[in-house]
Amino acid sequence: MRSSTRNDKSTKLMNPASEQALHINRRHFFGKSAGGIGTAALATLLGRDGLAADTGQKEVPAFLRQIAPKAKRVIYLFQNGAPTHCDLFDYKPNLQKLHNTAVPESYIGGKRFSTMTGNASGKLLLAPVEPFKQHGKSGAWVSNFMPHTAGIADKLCFVKGMHTEAVNHAPAISFFMSGAQLPGRPTMGAWLSYGLGTVNDNLPAFVVMTSVSKGTSCGQIFYDFYWGSGFLPTRHQGVKFRPAKDPVLYLSNPNGMTPPMRRELLDDLSRLNELKLQEFGDPEIATRIAQYEMAYRMQTSVPELADISKEPKEILDLYGPGVHESGTFARNCLLARRLAERGTQFIQLMHAGWDQHNSLTTELYTQCKDTDQPSAGLIKDLEMRGMLDETLVIWGGEFGRTPFLQGKMNERKRWGRDHHPYAFTIWMAGGGIKTGQSYGASDDIGFNAIRDKVHVHDLQATILHQLGIDHEQLTFKFQGRHFRLTDVHGKVVKGILA
Amino acid sequence: MLRHLAIIVPAFALSAKAAPLDFNLDVRPLLSDRCFICHGFDQKARKAKLRLDKAEGAFARRENGQAIVPGKPEESLVWKHITHRDPDEVMPPPDSHLTLNDAEKALIRQWIAEGAEYKEHWALLPVKRPEVPNPTGATVRNPIDAFVANRLLRDHLKQAPEAPRRALVRRLSLDLRGLPPTPEEVEAYLNDKSPGAYKKMTDRFLASASFGERMAWPWLDAARYADSNGYQGDRERTMWPWRDWVVDAFNRNIPWDDLTVWQLAGDLLPNATLEQKLATGFLRNHPINGEGGRIAEENRVDYVMDMTETTGTIWLALTFNCCRCHDHKYDAITQEEYYKFSAFFNQTPVGGGGGDPQTKPVLEVPTRNRLARETILKAELAATRSELMTLEKDLHKNQAKWEKSRRTSTPKKTWTVLTINSAQAGKQKLQVLKDGSILASGENPKNDAYTLSTETDLAAIGSMRLEALRHENMTGGGLARSDSGNFVLTDFQVRVQPLGEKATPFKIKSAQASFEQNDHRIANAYDGNGKTGWAVYEGRNVDRDHEAVFSFGKATDISARASVIITLRHDSPHANHNLGRFRLSVSSDPHAKLGSREASLQEALAVAPDQRNNAQSNLIAGTQRESVPRWATLKKQIEGKEKAIKDNLKGLPKVMVMQDMDKPRKTYILNVGLYDKREKEVTAGTPASLPAFKEILPRNRLGLARWLVAPENPLASRVTVNRFWQQIFGIGLIKSPENFGTQSEVPIHPRLLDWLAAEFVDSGWDVKHLLRTIVTSHTYRQSSRVTPATLEADPANRLLSHGARFRMPAWMIRDQALSASGLLATRQGGPPVNSYQPPGIWAEATFGKKKYSPGTGEDLHHRSIYSFWRRIAAPPMFFDNPTRETCTVTTSRTNTPLHALSTLNDTTYVEAARALAARANREAGKESRTQIQRAFQLVLARPPSPEEQDILENIYNRAQVRFTADPKATRQFLANGESPRNSDLPEPKHAALATVCLGILNLDEALTKE
Repeated sequence: MRSSTRNDKSTKLMNPASEQALHINRRHFFGKSAGGIGTAALATLLGRDGLAADTGQKEVPAFLRQIAPKAKRVIYLFQNGAPTHCDLFDYKPNLQKLHNTAVPESYIGGKRFSTMTGNASGKLLLAPVEPFKQHGKSGAWVSNFMPHTAGIADKLCFVKGMHTEAVNHAPAISFFMSGAQLPGRPTMGAWLSYGLGTVNDNLPAFVVMTSVSKGTSCGQIFYDFYWGSGFLPTRHQGVKFRPAKDPVLYLSNPNGMTPPMRRELLDDLSRLNELKLQEFGDPEIATRIAQYEMAYRMQTSVPELADISKEPKEILDLYGPGVHESGTFARNCLLARRLAERGTQFIQLMHAGWDQHNSLTTELYTQCKDTDQPSAGLIKDLEMRGMLDETLVIWGGEFGRTPFLQGKMNERKRWGRDHHPYAFTIWMAGGGIKTGQSYGASDDIGFNAIRDKVHVHDLQATILHQLGIDHEQLTFKFQGRHFRLTDVHGKVVKGILA
Repeated sequence: MLRHLAIIVPAFALSAKAAPLDFNLDVRPLLSDRCFICHGFDQKARKAKLRLDKAEGAFARRENGQAIVPGKPEESLVWKHITHRDPDEVMPPPDSHLTLNDAEKALIRQWIAEGAEYKEHWALLPVKRPEVPNPTGATVRNPIDAFVANRLLRDHLKQAPEAPRRALVRRLSLDLRGLPPTPEEVEAYLNDKSPGAYKKMTDRFLASASFGERMAWPWLDAARYADSNGYQGDRERTMWPWRDWVVDAFNRNIPWDDLTVWQLAGDLLPNATLEQKLATGFLRNHPINGEGGRIAEENRVDYVMDMTETTGTIWLALTFNCCRCHDHKYDAITQEEYYKFSAFFNQTPVGGGGGDPQTKPVLEVPTRNRLARETILKAELAATRSELMTLEKDLHKNQAKWEKSRRTSTPKKTWTVLTINSAQAGKQKLQVLKDGSILASGENPKNDAYTLSTETDLAAIGSMRLEALRHENMTGGGLARSDSGNFVLTDFQVRVQPLGEKATPFKIKSAQASFEQNDHRIANAYDGNGKTGWAVYEGRNVDRDHEAVFSFGKATDISARASVIITLRHDSPHANHNLGRFRLSVSSDPHAKLGSREASLQEALAVAPDQRNNAQSNLIAGTQRESVPRWATLKKQIEGKEKAIKDNLKGLPKVMVMQDMDKPRKTYILNVGLYDKREKEVTAGTPASLPAFKEILPRNRLGLARWLVAPENPLASRVTVNRFWQQIFGIGLIKSPENFGTQSEVPIHPRLLDWLAAEFVDSGWDVKHLLRTIVTSHTYRQSSRVTPATLEADPANRLLSHGARFRMPAWMIRDQALSASGLLATRQGGPPVNSYQPPGIWAEATFGKKKYSPGTGEDLHHRSIYSFWRRIAAPPMFFDNPTRETCTVTTSRTNTPLHALSTLNDTTYVEAARALAARANREAGKESRTQIQRAFQLVLARPPSPEEQDILENIYNRAQVRFTADPKATRQFLANGESPRNSDLPEPKHAALATVCLGILNLDEALTKE
C-alpha cells in the first residue's frame, strides 16, 4: 500500500473489468443513439463513484490526489456513552493520592458540566477503580479492566490529549461523526463515499453496525444522523446492517419467490426498462437498471458476508465468546474485518452502554468484557492477514468522564463519573499511525488536556489525511456555502503519523 | 437528475457578453462566491476594512485609491488585485482556495467599465408583474409558456411537443392527487374531444378529496410533523388533528395568506376559532427533548430557535441558522436581527423541562368523525326539542279541558297511615317515629328483612302504600345507608290475621311506583324472586322521596282489630341496600293512585288557575304532560342526546398549540447560540434589509405573519410559488427552495418566477388557481422524452425544454400500488396507523422500549400520509424522505439498490401485486393476455406495446411453469400480506400473474412520473 498513490483510484476506474463493463453498458444502452448521450449519462453510469460522478468528471479530481494515502479504509469502533479515561487508559498516580479530597478550584475555572453535576466545586476526586500496569515494550499504562487491549499495547497509539466542546451524548457524537453538534451535516463515512467512491460493486462503501452491552441499564440511542449524509446525495449515507435475519432491510426475497424466479423476473424487468431507455433516453433509467442488478448481487453478497460458518475456530476465538451471537460487538468486529476484506471503506461500529454515572464498580466490568477482547481480536486478525497497515482503526467515545466522583464515597456500589469533555483518551492503530506510543497528555489528575491537545476537528483532519484527502479541499456547496467535515478548523496531527 | 445540477455552467463563466451586464444576474453571484467571505456583510470576518457588497464600500476612498472606480477598471484596486502576479497580492488569496478564471475576470472588468452599477439582491427587489413576451413560433397556452419559450430561444432550443394523452392523464393525476388515474378516467379523457377536456379533468382532480392528501405531504416535511417527540424516550404525541386540518385546508383551498396567518398566529386573531388555534400546531411540531440531565432552558431555547428557523426557511428562504452564532457571511442578516426575529416566538409559556408530548398549551380537538357525529346529534336534539315544544303548546291549549276531566268531584282522603304494633328487623333496630314512619338503625347488614305487625280502623283494604322517606342518617340524606342512598326491595308481602286465626296472604294484583330504576321494577318486589327487586337510583345519590302503591284488585273486608302483617325483604346482591325509613298506609280504594302526588294535584286543581302558586301550576302542567306517553318518550330522548353530545367530546386528542404569555419574556443575543451566554437584550423585529415592519402591525406573531404576506414583502410569494413548482417539476425555478439569499443560484427564469408570484398574490393567494395555471401550461404538458441533443443542451431540464420526468417520492409509489391494486382504504384522517414494517426497527432504536405492531385490516392499506411517523426511526419504506427532525423543503432523490430491494421485497408491494393480479382477473376476462394488459393499464394508464407484451407474457409463462412445479412455494407466495386472497384464479396462475404485477410495479416507468 505504501507504494500506491491516489492514481490507483483512476487505475481502478479504468481497470480492464470495469472498463469492459462500461463499454458493454455504453454500447448496450446508447448504441442506438449515434454519439451517445454524453458526459451526463456517463456520470450517471459511474454513479457509484461519488464526487467524480457528482461533478461529471471521469476521474477523481486532481486536488484529491495530492496526498499519498496511507490507509485504504477506516474501521471506527465508536464507544457511545463515553468510556472513562480515568479508569481505563489515562493513569494518574496523583488521582490515587488525592482520592477523597475536593477537586482543586484551579482545575475547574467556570467550566460547564451536565445538570447532573452542576457545579464541580467541592466534588471529591475518585481513584481508579482497578489498578494500572505497564505493558509491552512501550510501557503503556493500561488498567486491569482491559487485559486484551493491554496485550496489544505496542500496536496502538493512545491519544491522551483529546478534548471536545459538547457535554451531552447526542450532540457530542454528532460532533465527532459530522463536525457539528446539530444533526444535518454529512458524516465522515458519507464524505469518504462522496470523495472516494466505491471499490466493491457488491457492497456499499459505508457500513454501520450497532450493539449494546448486555445488562446495561443506561443506554444511549443510535440516531441515524450519526451516519447520515446530511446535504450530500443520500446514496452516500451509511447503510446500517442490522442484527437481524435481514442484515440489510428488505434483503430477502418474498416468501415463495425462489432465487431463480427472482433472476428471471429481473432479467425481464431489465429488458423492459431497456426498451424504455431506448424510447425515452433518460439516463436515470440506466442507473435504475444498474441498481436493480446491484440489489440482486447484494442479496447474495450480504448473506455471504454475514455467514461466518467458515471462519476457523482460532479466528473466532480471537474475538471472544460473544462472536457466536449476532448483534454483539464481537460479532460486529468480525463482520467489520470481513467487510474490510471485501472493500468497504468506512466501517462504523457503534457500541452503547459506557455511560457509567453510577455503575463504575458494576456495569463497567461487563462493558469492558464485551469490548476488550473483540477490539484486540480485530487488530490481531487484521495484522495476521497483512491488512492492518492499510486499515485505520480508531477506538473511542464522544468525551471522557470526570476524575471526580458522582455519587457518595461510602456507597462504593453506586460509584460513578459524569460527562467530561476537557480531557479524554482514544486509541488508534494501523493505517500509517505511529504506534507503540502515547501522544499528548492531560494534567496530573486527568482533568484538562495540557500537552499536544487534539481537538475533534484535528482528529477528523488526520483521518481524512491518512486516506489521502486534504480536509480543506473536500467540500460541498450547500445553502450557498462550501461546507467541509472540519468546518473552518482542524489541523492534521503530525505527531501521530508514522 | 439532481446530481447534474452541479455541472451546469454558470452564466458568469461565459466570456464577456455583448449586452450590458445585469449586476444581479451576472456579477453578484461571482463576487458573492469569491469575495464576500472576507469583503462582505459580516463585520467580524471583514478583511482590510473593505466591503464589496455595497457601492458605498466599493467606491469609498482608501489610502491607495478606490476598490472600484466606476467606468475605469484600470484605476480600480479590485482589477489590480485580481490580476496581480504576486501571490501575496493576488485576490482571492491562494490560501483561500478560491480562484477567478480569465472569463470571470473579464466579466468583472466589463461590469466596472459599464459603470459598476449595484443593485439590491434580486430576491429582495419588489415583485413586479413583468411584461409577457411574445416569442415567435411558440406554443403558448398561458404566459408561463411565453416566458419559457422566450428563454429557450436564447439557447436556440425549442419547446417539446405535447405528451400523449395517456401520459398526461397519469402525470396530472399523480401531481394533483398522488394517485394513478382509474381506467375509466383514462377512457373518459381519451374520448373527450372537446377543447375543454384537459381543463375539465384538471378541475375534477383539483376538486377531489385526495388533492389535500397529496398536497399535505411536502407540507408535513416542511413542518417537521411527526407522531412522536424525537430524542430519547421519543414519546408519542397527538398532533394528528393538525395533520387532518392541513389536508382539509388544501381541499377547501383556504388562501395561502390566511394559512400563513393562522399557522403562525391563529391564536392571536380576534375571536380566534378552534380551527385558527389548531392551525398554530404548525409551530409546535418541533422535537421535544426529554433526555435526562438536559437543562430545561437549553431545551426551551432550542424550541424557539427551531420555530424561528422554520419560519425563516419556509416564508423567507433565508438561512437564519447561520446567525445563531455570527452575522450572516453572505446575506444581510445580523446576529442581532436573528434574535430579534426569535423574540416573536420567545413568548410562549412552554418551558423546556420534561418530555411531555402534550406540553401545554394544548387544544382538545374533536376529530372529523366526532364533529360529524356532533352535528348529527345536535340536529336530532333540535328536532326532538322542537317536537316537544309543539306538543307542550298543544297540551297547554287543552289544559283547561284536561283539568276538568282530571278533577275528582270531592277530593277525599285516600290513605290512612297504619298503626304499628311491632316492628322487627333481622339485624337492625326499627323505631317508629312520630309521623308514623319507621327508621332503621344499628349496624347495617348486607341483607335484612323487616316484619311489621299493624292495625287499622278501616273496614276494608283495597290498596297499600309504601312511602320511602329520606332521613339524615342515610347516605347523603337519602333513603338507605347504601353507597348511594338507594335501596333494593326484593320482596313485599301483606298478610291479614284476624284475631285468633292464621294469617292469610293478600295477593298483590298490580303496583305502581314514583320511579323505577331500569330493571329494578316495582313488580320485582312481589315476583317471588328474592334476587330481583325495586330500586330508585337516578344516576346520583338519591335525593327525593319515593312511593309505591300495591293494589289488591278489590276491596276486602277485614274484621275489626285484625292484624295486618307486612314483610319487607332486602335480599339483593347489592349489599347494604336496606330501606332506611318508610311509612305504610292503606286505602279501601283498590284503584288508589300514587298517594301524595294525587292529593296535591287535586288540591291544586281546586284552586282557580290565576290563584295557583308556581309549584301548583307546574304540578298540573307536569302531570298533564306525563299522562301523554309521547311526551315522556321525547323527554327521555332529549336526555339521551344531551348525554351523547357530552360523551362525544370526551377523550379528545390534545394538540400542542401557540399562546403568548401576558408578561413578555425578555430576549437576548446569545453568544455562539448558547442558552446561558446572554448578551444584549433585544426586542421583536424583522431584518432591516427586508421591507419595514409597519407601525400599525402589532409587535407579536400576528404582526409578523401579516408582515410576511404583506404585498410589499417580496419573499413569501416568490418562495411559495417556487416550492409548488418544485413539487410538480421535481426542481424549483430556483433550485434551492430553502435559500433565496445571495448564495443561491442566479435565477434562470427570473421573470417567470415574478410573473407567477404576482399572479399568485393577485388571485388572492389562491393555491388551486396557481396549480391550475401551471398544469394547464404547455410547459407542463410537454413530452418528457429526451434526445441526446436535448440532454446535452439542457441536462437537468432547468430551461424546461421538455416535460419533467423523475422518480416519484416513495410515499407516492406506495399509494400508487395500493390504489391500482384496489387495496387502498378510503377512510380519510384519524389517528396514525402502522402498516407493514420489517420487525425490530423500533426495538433497536429504543432499546426494546417501543415495539412495532402492524395494524390489521384497513389500517394496513391507508394512504401513506396516515402512517405513524416515529421521529427517531421513521418508516423505512419511505426512502429518501426527510426524517422530520428539522424543517426540510428540499427534496432528496437518489437511486440506490436499497430502494430496489424495498419495492421488490416489501410485503406492501408483494401483497399489492397479488391484489392487482386478482383485480385484473376480475376485470379482464379469463385470458392471461388480457389480464396482463389490464394490470399494466391500471398502473401505467396505457396498454403495453407488442414488444412489452411479449416480455410480460414471458414472465408469466416462466413463473407459471415454476409455480406449477412447486405448489408449496405457490401457496407461500400467495400468502404474503394480511388481506385474503379472494380470487377464483387457480393458484399457479394467480401466483404467475402476481409475479408479472410485481414486475410492473417495479418498472422504471411505474416508479417515475413522466
